[in-house]
Amino acid sequence: MMICRKKKLLEEERRVKANDPEHNEKFQYANNRIKTSKYNILTFLPVNLFEQFQRAANAYFLCLLILQLIPEISSLSWFTTIVPLMVVFTITAVKDATDDCFRHKSDNQVNNRQAEVLIDGRLQNEKWMNVRPGDIIKLENNTFVAADLLLLSSSEPHGLCYIETAELDGETNLKVRQALPVTSELGADIRRLAEFDGVVVCEPPNNKLDKFTGVLFWKNNRYSLNNEQMLLRGCVLRNTGWCFGMVIFAGPDTKLMQNSGRTKFKRTSIDRLMNTLVLWIFGFLVCMGIILAIGNSIWEQQVGAHFRIYLYWSEVVNSSVFSGFLTFWSYVIILNSVVPISLYVSVEVIRLGHSYFINWDRKMYYPKKDIPAEVRTTTLNEELGQVEYVFSDKTGTITQNIMTFNKCSINGKTYGDVYDDLGWKTEINEKTVPVDFSFNPLADRKFQFYDHSLIESIKLGDSMVHEFFRLLSLCHTVMSEEKNAGELIYQVQSPDEGALVTAARNFGFIFKSRTPETITVEEMGKLVTYQLLAILDFNNIRKRMSVIVQTPDGQIKLYCKGADTVLFERLHPSNEELMYLTSDHLEEFAGEGHRTLALAYKNLTEEHFKEWFKILQEANTSLDSRNEHLAAAYEEIEKDMMLLGATAIEDKLQEGVTETIASLSLANIKIWVLTGDKQETAVNIGYSCHMLTDTMNEIFIVAGHTVTEVREELRKAKEHFFGQSKDLSNGHVFCEKMQESKQGSVLEETVTGDYALVINGHSLAHALEADLENEFVEVACMCKTVICCRVTPLQKAQVVELVKKHRKAVTLAIGDGANDISMIKSAHIGIGISGEEGMQAVLASDYSFAQFRYLKRLLLVHGRWSYFRMCKFLCYFFYKNFSFTLVHFWFGFFCGFSAQ
Amino acid sequence: MAVNYNAKEEADGHPSGVGAPGGAGKSRKPDNTAFKQQRLPAWQPILTAGTVLPAFFIIGLIFIPIGIGIFVTSNNIREYEIDYTGTDSSSPCNKCLNVSWNSTPPCTCTINFTLDQPFETNVFMYYGLSNFYQNHRRYVKSRDDSQLNGDNSSLLHPSKECEPYSTSENKPIAPCGAIANSMFNDTLELFRIDNETRIPITLNKKGIAWWTDKNVKFRNPSGNTNNLTALFQGTTKPVNWPKPVYMLDSEADNNGFINEDFIVWMRTAALPTFRKLYRLIERKNNLQPTLQAGKYSLDITYNYPVHSFDGRKRMILSTISWMGGKNPFLGIAYITVGSICFFLGVVLLVIHHKYGNRNTSADIPN
Repeated sequence: MMICRKKKLLEEERRVKANDPEHNEKFQYANNRIKTSKYNILTFLPVNLFEQFQRAANAYFLCLLILQLIPEISSLSWFTTIVPLMVVFTITAVKDATDDCFRHKSDNQVNNRQAEVLIDGRLQNEKWMNVRPGDIIKLENNTFVAADLLLLSSSEPHGLCYIETAELDGETNLKVRQALPVTSELGADIRRLAEFDGVVVCEPPNNKLDKFTGVLFWKNNRYSLNNEQMLLRGCVLRNTGWCFGMVIFAGPDTKLMQNSGRTKFKRTSIDRLMNTLVLWIFGFLVCMGIILAIGNSIWEQQVGAHFRIYLYWSEVVNSSVFSGFLTFWSYVIILNSVVPISLYVSVEVIRLGHSYFINWDRKMYYPKKDIPAEVRTTTLNEELGQVEYVFSDKTGTITQNIMTFNKCSINGKTYGDVYDDLGWKTEINEKTVPVDFSFNPLADRKFQFYDHSLIESIKLGDSMVHEFFRLLSLCHTVMSEEKNAGELIYQVQSPDEGALVTAARNFGFIFKSRTPETITVEEMGKLVTYQLLAILDFNNIRKRMSVIVQTPDGQIKLYCKGADTVLFERLHPSNEELMYLTSDHLEEFAGEGHRTLALAYKNLTEEHFKEWFKILQEANTSLDSRNEHLAAAYEEIEKDMMLLGATAIEDKLQEGVTETIASLSLANIKIWVLTGDKQETAVNIGYSCHMLTDTMNEIFIVAGHTVTEVREELRKAKEHFFGQSKDLSNGHVFCEKMQESKQGSVLEETVTGDYALVINGHSLAHALEADLENEFVEVACMCKTVICCRVTPLQKAQVVELVKKHRKAVTLAIGDGANDISMIKSAHIGIGISGEEGMQAVLASDYSFAQFRYLKRLLLVHGRWSYFRMCKFLCYFFYKNFSFTLVHFWFGFFCGFSAQ
Repeated sequence: MAVNYNAKEEADGHPSGVGAPGGAGKSRKPDNTAFKQQRLPAWQPILTAGTVLPAFFIIGLIFIPIGIGIFVTSNNIREYEIDYTGTDSSSPCNKCLNVSWNSTPPCTCTINFTLDQPFETNVFMYYGLSNFYQNHRRYVKSRDDSQLNGDNSSLLHPSKECEPYSTSENKPIAPCGAIANSMFNDTLELFRIDNETRIPITLNKKGIAWWTDKNVKFRNPSGNTNNLTALFQGTTKPVNWPKPVYMLDSEADNNGFINEDFIVWMRTAALPTFRKLYRLIERKNNLQPTLQAGKYSLDITYNYPVHSFDGRKRMILSTISWMGGKNPFLGIAYITVGSICFFLGVVLLVIHHKYGNRNTSADIPN
């Protein structure tokens, strides 16, 4: 293991040859065995003892014990120290041992999972831990990927396969991976697979989940590899019968393991304060000892020497200096109670008590799922009251991660609001009658819609409404799966797409199935098959996607949906009136915190399409800057479109989120949202939970792709601060808090006005680099709200670390998915939301409960109480020890400094 | 006055939660008990003028009378003290100043003194030593409790703690250790001088030790004989002692380890200046005071050298009251604290009266 580690440091590139263990053996790549446990039976005692003695207090008491064994010095019997010390040691050791036992068990379980490995031309069952780089393994549907694999071939056409990456990044949607055409030809042919002898040369093991660069050399050809061909450990294979992959990274080298942050022992600031206090007290003790030892020397000289007739000094050395020296140690022993061993134990007991109070709190119990709050690390309670920064995941933490199609605007008319008899808008409550979808056997039962006028217009056959839903059922990337008759299941890449397609389905435009060339839709009961001519896919720059289909009667149509800003620019001039109307509606929707999309269509003539199709094919085959050519081609056709309307999807917030965020910000706790979602979504959620408001002075958006861009954007934001706030407050721009500036790195500046910062994942990567991080933290901390979107799990942790480093503030991270683990681990306090997305986050967390809103009670009630009580206790404890010990000190002057 | 922490919010927190979920198995809902929900009654005083001022006055008014009572009681205690060390050359004991242990014949001296006031109740006679470090750690350790408790094996094998006073001439010392070795061995006798005649005053030497010490902690070695000489066979006397432990007294129940003078000495004093009970003078009848006012003389057999370490020896006669011996400090302390409180009360009252109305809601909001 050690050799491997050393080796790893040196590894600059990895060369793996398929089916050639001897070749790969030379590099000593780690095999697939993982080890997260700390001890084994033999090393437990020494290692654990060593770790325990690293705690200053324990070491101190060991020294004391040794001193007490010297009879000349001993002023107290030795068992007064050894008994409490042994008790503390035993309890800690037992706790460590059980923890490690669990780790051993889970390691064993994972290491002993079975994988089908191609050995000697045959598929054989092999334990996971024996899988080595270069092996070719076969994966079945719904199984975990055993190691980081290069996808060779799969059961699906074109070597496609679908994976779920929940354990890696927390996203539950399916992702597509595609094998290289040359390798996908291998299929399931064992013989050919066994002969496969490609060499993969790639980057050394790293923790970047979304990047991979490598080259495959095979049959004198060179194929470049990227993340599209990689199946990472921890993913689950879905919707794919089988696939073959070649192991590139195994065990500790896999991206999953590289990404798992090291477990650190979390300490509270009280702990640190206590440690420094104990050190000071120790210094104080030494001072007292020295004073008394000097006193003893003088006393022996002046008084003791004459007192010998009654008190014979039998030792050979009877100089007063030596006596003083011995007395020093005696006093160190006798005054040791000023440095209390029991303090640590008592503090632990108090914290345990607090933890139980949190566990028992009925106000943090979630009745719907029967989940009470749970304290998993009992040592952090009082830190809860000190939290200054809260880092929150979005999906599943702030929101329920349930997208619902809530409102729409079709041809200038909004649907989705409920009006009472007098025509006033009313709140939707339990009494409101939802639309009855029973006419539609394929409707999704969970879908609820309250505006009856929409279904009426559909039934009346309003062509615009029909077109609207036809678009929704055609323009998407959803996959369908019909398990039993009448039970349609959609596999969606993004939940909002799912919401739209489900809405169309309930309104009678049911997307049934797709092939690469066709899309089948059941329109108001009759099956229609459209020829799919082209998909103009979505990306962040285009912010829209389109499909071009041919209806059975030969008409060619382009359907487009996308962000309103980009779509409105590409409308036919005749749409102007409708556009204003719709954009009013869109504003209204967005103000309510909905995610909005605009929809448009365009009728194409056959000649026009054919002409354009040629351009597209040229762009497709062009070698250099293909993406630009494609984008230009798309641009060419997506113009002069006819506006249909807009949709509003609600990403439902959890109950009480808004109130919780409001009270937390009243308590001066800053909330940063770190999410893997795209920027628009994140901003929308920011609005809907009132973290972003229209009254804010400015919302800075940092989305630069290069260091200089990011730097420029940050600088602009900063300038804006000072410029703006100068106007506002006549020179009282900011007051530097003296404390902060003394403490160091970054000045705390209070800026008048509310600001918010939204930063993108790729900009964040630059902002987190050494030369920019100061600036980033400065700007970010001046903002009331910070939203980071498209961040990787590791970046989440880096942001937390950054704030920890520069702000010296207590940070709290809250999340629910596996992608939040590193953030939860690196923050001072990690909180897992239990019950939604699996248990990984909860297992890594210090506290767990079921709903975001309980955070308020945890921080503001339990945190405060714990802190108060702990402080009172500490003050009392120190007072007690001092009064106890200083009496001894005083008595020293009366008993000839003899350490009685 | 006090704020109730009692959480009023609870009562109907989650009415829906009661019959909550599952049906299958026990709900994990926490119990609704006052303890678990932290609703136990609690209070915290909030200091306002309305609470602090009366408190000061009450403390003042209670403490001052108590202090006066204690002070008067203490003043009524009669106490008389003579330093008979003899450092002063005019002192009759000056000749004995440089006496050494066990000098023969013993040096004796007599000091005359006059009691101006009679001692009405039982009188306690103490000897007092100054600058004597009975509280020194090595001194205090230097004893063997199991030997003193009559343990026969310890008798012959004293504990190491007693070093270097555990053996002498290859025989174990009984009682061993520095404390026993340095036992106070002056003899004090008191006479009343009535018309030039010396009337000896009866000094009671029993009942000066604690009951537990005499009956529990200290015991003579056991054996099948009552003869202490035989029981202490094989041991030798402490180096400084003139005679062995079994010859401390003629009476059997005050001899050996249970000699009360010895027991009193073995209970080490906490401070280098201390007094130890030496004898009791009991009141003979109710008509006469125990010690009348008048002339007395103290005969001292001066055996105990203290001059080498600047020590002092005193003889103290004292009566006691319900609060023990004479101690003016306690009364003075009570009176002082009471007065300060009262004074502060007045000052704060004045301040409150003058400035307190500035804002009527002086209560600190919680």
